Amino acid sequence: MIAVYLETRDGKIKKSSLEALSEAKRRAVEMGDETAAVLVGGGVAGLAPGAFGLGAAKVYALENPALADYSSQGYALALAEFAGEARPAALFFAATAMGRDLAPRVAARLGAGLASDCTKVAVKNGTLEFTRPIYAGKAFLTFTLISSPKLATLRPNVFPLAEAVSESGEVIAKSVSFPDGAVKGRVAEVLREESAEVDVTEADVVIAGGRGLKGPENFALLRDLAAVFPRAAVGASRSAVDSGWIGHQHQVGQTGKTVSPNLYIGVGISGAIQHLAGMSSSKVIVAVNKDAEAPIFKVADYGIVGDLLEVVPRLKDELKKALAD
Amino acid sequence: MNILVFVKRVPDTESRIRIQHETKTIAEDGLNFVVSPYDEYAVEEALRLKEAKGGTVRVISVGRDEAAAVLRKCLAMGADEAFLVKDDSPETYDGLRTARIIARAVERKFAGADLLLFGKQSVGADNSQVPAMVAEFLGLPQATVVTKLEVEAAAATAYREIEGGTEKVILPLPAVVTAQKGLNEPRYETLKGIMAAKKKEIPVVKLDELGLGPDEIASQIAITGLDVPAQRQAGKILQGDPAETARELVRLLRDEAKVI
Repeated sequence: MIAVYLETRDGKIKKSSLEALSEAKRRAVEMGDETAAVLVGGGVAGLAPGAFGLGAAKVYALENPALADYSSQGYALALAEFAGEARPAALFFAATAMGRDLAPRVAARLGAGLASDCTKVAVKNGTLEFTRPIYAGKAFLTFTLISSPKLATLRPNVFPLAEAVSESGEVIAKSVSFPDGAVKGRVAEVLREESAEVDVTEADVVIAGGRGLKGPENFALLRDLAAVFPRAAVGASRSAVDSGWIGHQHQVGQTGKTVSPNLYIGVGISGAIQHLAGMSSSKVIVAVNKDAEAPIFKVADYGIVGDLLEVVPRLKDELKKALAD
Repeated sequence: MNILVFVKRVPDTESRIRIQHETKTIAEDGLNFVVSPYDEYAVEEALRLKEAKGGTVRVISVGRDEAAAVLRKCLAMGADEAFLVKDDSPETYDGLRTARIIARAVERKFAGADLLLFGKQSVGADNSQVPAMVAEFLGLPQATVVTKLEVEAAAATAYREIEGGTEKVILPLPAVVTAQKGLNEPRYETLKGIMAAKKKEIPVVKLDELGLGPDEIASQIAITGLDVPAQRQAGKILQGDPAETARELVRLLRDEAKVI
């Protein structure tokens, strides 16, 4: 059984978790195995149908009122206990803020190695083989895990979501108990960004700006362009962030985030090696730059050499027209 | 406040990575090694806490003798002491192994710390595994990817970055915290600091002093491949009238690339 932890935020299963479940299903079919989904929380069994639709044979709901809010210790305890009892061959997580916080604790509790932030999962000689970027994508490491269960976090936006089929399955609700004092830290509050923007790691389209924007005010052009798409986010190069033009949570590259959207548009970004590392796994790359020699054109599928102040507003108008068709 | 900071020596972010295919390792010649950038935020945060509240800042690195250079930089920034946990193994990319070494070193050699600070990930292995694993091994609470940290006598409030927002986490001390860009602006070393750091001794903790069994320091990762990504082909470059190039680009995105 390949089990997948389904992350919930605001009472909904995250899309990246469903991507991980989709990938687990594909690999399980290849191995002649089944998939299971695992929910953790105060009362989460009601979310099970979403997992059956993607082919999970069983949904485990690990419940305790104390798990209503996320805590790395409490959730790790619940998941490690589940793994000890149900003995899955593998346990996948989405490589989100929560998955990256939680999976290593589960791994340590189980004494098992962890494949972090995988971009490919394969079956080789009957065992799972993982591929993940290192040096922010300047190289790719492929490996198997010696320990069991095989624990992995899967990068969002990389693995295709399976078509939902209407299947039903078995819900196994388990009440989790923990010893007093086992959970020390707690999430007191989740503060949402006011704009409720899509995060660059989860966006289908990333519009990134660099030093060529000449100042923070021109990020407004990129926000306008992003607004044309249903799930777009504004990204930035390190120099734009270090100049204070935009918050660091928008930075794409080796000391920022690695993104793999369907469409990446780099505006006024020359393409320093540490930036290219963070975006070169995008499906389609577009560059807009006035310098025809900018390194970003070497990796771009399409480029426009021109003044971004003139090109970007026209690009927005044309995209609006095309998307309205 | 007794603070431990864990740092790693890594190639700087300008590095072009080359592969030695026969050994499935990264070619190190010609690379410039630095303190992993996120670890610098951790060191800076420790120094600021010490300046505000008193106490000590001890910096620890697990690695080969060469890691002494990055420890010396931390001393030059103002850390009180630095220690090398000597591990001659080549990069395993296995966070569990490193976490076991660190957790055992903390128990045996560096017990009694109030706060364990790390970078949110090493630049290179990019695992984001070790700090949370150390926290689990030591039974400590954690906050990872932190952009703001407030420390009181017995507890800390950490603000951690999540998708589209911030999570406010309350942690009783001792605790593990990992630093994200935005937490602070690391200081430069002063000449005086550099001179003083040169004179300081960096004690070495040997791996076999930690009493770890061979199965505990065996890597759980069996590497089957290490490659650089396929070179992307340069694509179509449009020049000329902005309105026309914009129109043509959108046509290509729709009809050729089929992404819109």
